Amino acid sequence: MIKDNLEKIRQDAVKKMMESETMEALNEIRVAYLGKKGELTNLLKSMKDVDPKDRPTVGKLVNEAREELEKHLSEAQARLAMEKRRLQLESEVIDVTLPAKKSVVGHPHPNRVALDEVERIFVGMGYEVVEGPEIEYDYYNFEALNIPANHPAKDEQDTFYITKDILLRTQTSPVQVRTMEKKKPPIRVISPGRVFRSDEVDATHSPSFHQIEGMVIDKGITFADLKGTLQQFAKEMFGEDTRVKFRPHHFPFTEPSAEMDVSCFKCGGKGCRFCKNEGWIEILGCGMVHPKVLRMSGIDPEIYSGFAFGIGLERIALLKYEIDDMRLLYENDIRFLRQF
Amino acid sequence: MNTSYNWIKAYVPGLDAGDREYADAMTLSGTKVESYSRLDKNLEKIVVGKVEKIERHPDADHLIICQVNVGDEVIQIVTGAPNVFEGAKVPVVLVGGRVAGGHDGGPLPEEGIKIKKGKLRGVESYGMMCSIEELGSSREYYPEAPENGIYIFPDNVEVGKDAVEALGLHDTVFEYEITSNRVDCFSLLGIAREAAATFRKDYVPPVVTETGNNEKASDFIKVRIDAPDLCSRFCARIVKNIKIAPSPEWMQRRLASAGIRPINNLVDITNYVMVEYGQPMHAYDWDQISNHEIIVRRAQDGDEFQTLDGQVRKLDHDMLMICDGEKEVGLAGIMGGENSKITDDVTTMLFEAACFDGTNVRLSAKRLGLRTDASSIFEKGLDPNNTELAINRACQLVEELGAGEVVGGMVDVYPHPWTSRRIAFRPDWINSFIGTDVDPETMKEYFKRLGLGFDEDAQEVIVPTFRQDLEQEADIAEEVARFFGYDNIPTTLPRGEATAGKLSFKQRIEAVARQVAEYSGFSQAMTYSFESPKVFDRLLLTEDAPEREAIRISNPLGEEFSIMRTVSLNGILTSLATNYNRRNKSVSLYEMGNIYIPRELPLTELPDERMQLTLGSYDSKYDFFAMKGVVEEFFDKIGLSGIKEYRVDTRRPYLHPGRQADIWYGGVKVGYLGELHPQVADNYGIGERTCIAVLDMPEIVPQATFDHKYMGIARFPASSRDISMVMKKSITAGEVESVIRGKGGKLLESCELFDIYEGKQIMSGFKSMAYNIVFRASDRTLEDREVNDIMEKILSALKEMGIELRA
Repeated sequence: MIKDNLEKIRQDAVKKMMESETMEALNEIRVAYLGKKGELTNLLKSMKDVDPKDRPTVGKLVNEAREELEKHLSEAQARLAMEKRRLQLESEVIDVTLPAKKSVVGHPHPNRVALDEVERIFVGMGYEVVEGPEIEYDYYNFEALNIPANHPAKDEQDTFYITKDILLRTQTSPVQVRTMEKKKPPIRVISPGRVFRSDEVDATHSPSFHQIEGMVIDKGITFADLKGTLQQFAKEMFGEDTRVKFRPHHFPFTEPSAEMDVSCFKCGGKGCRFCKNEGWIEILGCGMVHPKVLRMSGIDPEIYSGFAFGIGLERIALLKYEIDDMRLLYENDIRFLRQF
Repeated sequence: MNTSYNWIKAYVPGLDAGDREYADAMTLSGTKVESYSRLDKNLEKIVVGKVEKIERHPDADHLIICQVNVGDEVIQIVTGAPNVFEGAKVPVVLVGGRVAGGHDGGPLPEEGIKIKKGKLRGVESYGMMCSIEELGSSREYYPEAPENGIYIFPDNVEVGKDAVEALGLHDTVFEYEITSNRVDCFSLLGIAREAAATFRKDYVPPVVTETGNNEKASDFIKVRIDAPDLCSRFCARIVKNIKIAPSPEWMQRRLASAGIRPINNLVDITNYVMVEYGQPMHAYDWDQISNHEIIVRRAQDGDEFQTLDGQVRKLDHDMLMICDGEKEVGLAGIMGGENSKITDDVTTMLFEAACFDGTNVRLSAKRLGLRTDASSIFEKGLDPNNTELAINRACQLVEELGAGEVVGGMVDVYPHPWTSRRIAFRPDWINSFIGTDVDPETMKEYFKRLGLGFDEDAQEVIVPTFRQDLEQEADIAEEVARFFGYDNIPTTLPRGEATAGKLSFKQRIEAVARQVAEYSGFSQAMTYSFESPKVFDRLLLTEDAPEREAIRISNPLGEEFSIMRTVSLNGILTSLATNYNRRNKSVSLYEMGNIYIPRELPLTELPDERMQLTLGSYDSKYDFFAMKGVVEEFFDKIGLSGIKEYRVDTRRPYLHPGRQADIWYGGVKVGYLGELHPQVADNYGIGERTCIAVLDMPEIVPQATFDHKYMGIARFPASSRDISMVMKKSITAGEVESVIRGKGGKLLESCELFDIYEGKQIMSGFKSMAYNIVFRASDRTLEDREVNDIMEKILSALKEMGIELRA
């Protein structure tokens, strides 16, 4: 009798559980069968009517039925939870092609981007980054660099003067002298900074711009070392395939002096509008530090030698990022800055 | 400097390189070719023709029909040119040929103009007779060419020959960039010498022969130099019985190739020698020279002098004058005088080839505002030994051209003759300096080709005076490097002791500042260091504000770039205004740049250059407190974890009076921040609320550190209390917090404002503030009693300030 009941309860409950469609419904089924006043519980309560000798068997059956129902219950719960999750995910489908929400970060100035690159390359080669004053003595800017009084380069048309002896530095080269006065060889430094020349503002000129000076002083430094160093710089800066060309030139503070061209990084040297069909682009001036400059800075040219170079930062930035007007660098239009 | 290739080849006969090859090789050996152009570009199938017969065109009054003999045939050409006549020899471009330009002399088309068979008003025409403009040149260089019409050849030109050849246009003109040290290369012969050395060909300069009759120049002229510091040499020669005439074609063509217009034989000779030798010369009318004497002396302050261009010039004591027995006759090295200039009826001429101090010529020319061809050469500083060669070459040309009778001898005043210099030759040192292994004999070969001597006994290089740039061994090393070839020198890397590459501490802190600014949404600006003094007015600074004590540039580009900035704001505000005007929304910029604070004015020592981090934004997101957040974020990143004070005691006129503060850290003022004064925003034309922050890096860097110690993660629970208070509006959060921190002692972990309120339920003039205060001990759980004691102290201190706990 009980057995039949049990079987019926079991079958009904399993069927209802398997058909239930919501968690709430399932919960009601659970209460109806397994709850304190549920059918199965009631059945257990009626055990007192069972013949004592059958009780263990019946008890076992009831417990088995209970376990089975609980198993089905948890299966149904899992099934419904999965279904709920599925529905949720389905309702949350997004259009992944909608615009990105970018975090509003600022942008470095293109000069800075180029300078970071130059600094990274030379710091990697063991160079220390040093600085010097932007308002400078005539002595450091000219005289100590073997540009004597009355040299045409000192003409007022090029140099901004404050007093007879103090000026806005026209180049970063005075840092060479200041460094040699302070440090003993071996010296490997670069010195980026602002320089000033009396040029009206236009697409290719600015009265204020930046240079990066470089200098190495040690025993046995050769012109070949200069070539090798700057070739390595050019390859890292402009690409592994870059070729370099050194042309003799003249600077008062180096001897021998050279200008370095790199193969056009736009056309690879075949000649294009960018390099004015030359295949080469002038990048920097360099040379062996003039013995007079070494001596004036307290370094014996019989023992030490060295090389120096000067790079126009704006020139690099304009070339590298193909900026066609230098004025853009000082207007600070956000639509321009955002591109770097 | 421009030269004709044919002219160079005249002195380097073996030179056979093509244009491109020549340009590249010269550039690599140090004589940089900037550009070059062929004079016969687009000139094809052009021959000398002879007009044999001219008939009128039956249907057009302005046209004529010419039968032109072009050598192997006679062709018919119809033309409108007014100047052709029977027997005229003219350049004729045949059908299928090409000319460089139109007859109007306008810009030359890139591909030239192709000539086809044509019909003019029904009459066939088989080519074109050419004007000099159609041949790509101008009357400037071919003064004999007619103003509107066909170029007419002299009669000795052979019919049927290449007309371009006859005009001397099969040539290339090279333009060089000569560096200031190579004074000798501002001459054709200097470049020819370099070309010969570059291509290893012989250099064959003109042979200057002895000239002159039996008379003696010294009987015609006396010369005295009173200012030997400014005039190292003065050579004078006399030419009499002058016959002014056009110079021969070959000379005219060569001058034209150097961009010089032919005038007459005398002028052309001086110009020709100036190009060849790089020595400017001057010619005086000998009859106008009083006492027939020349005195070279300084001018008197205030003297006036009329130069040969008719202008009256004011002189000063530092200008060098050429004078005769009575008066000034020339501004030395710059321009001759009106009173002694050569006119068409000159009979006897005084030639001057002198050497003047380059710097003096340059400065005088500049003061006079009169930079001439001569002065621009003299200012480079010439070789006095060149004057003699040049004047003798000129006299040789006078004789060759039949321009006059050269008087024998030369008057030469040369107080301190220049002699050659000697430089020790140490080939091993040279090789070790440039990193090569060049054989000493090869080095000597380079020297020889450059015209340098060599003393085998002393092992010394002998440097002639035309190479003033060669002073020491490094200079000699450069000559070896140049001719060995810079591109043949190996590439190596410096050996020796390793050095550590690094940024300085200051640079690292600045890098963090840039990073924080950029992560916070600020983009990097760069602005000028100099600005207008009007900036101070724009920033509402009072007349006596210390910021107005700025360094002035003595020769600025203009008032707007005349002072070195003492406040960093103008650059950022100007850039923000630019963006605002261009309708760029919500712009935030920063700059890392110096201000320049004089220690005294006028400057006697270098000023204090102070690096400033300047942030500015008209993004509504960046109110005062967001800006403060960026500043504190930066401070946290560089180890400034102590208390930041915001003081309101200094009123900066450019900031909102109620929304500004000076930032103090570690007992020093390290910057300021605030909202821009609306009047200043108006002055710049920024139509939105703008916030700025300026940090004075020299005060920050010494306090910064990258040292960082791990603090144990708290193991014991915190005890937290919330208090809500009512106080007068004038009491600041900073004051409240300093009481809480002061009384909170070691156990206080944090105190944070979580509510601030004014309005209903609060008396007017008062506000309510609520703080969450957290206490914690690192070694135990705090007992309530301990916390209550501290809270009591805090509350009673607050009470003393008139702050009440809110019920």
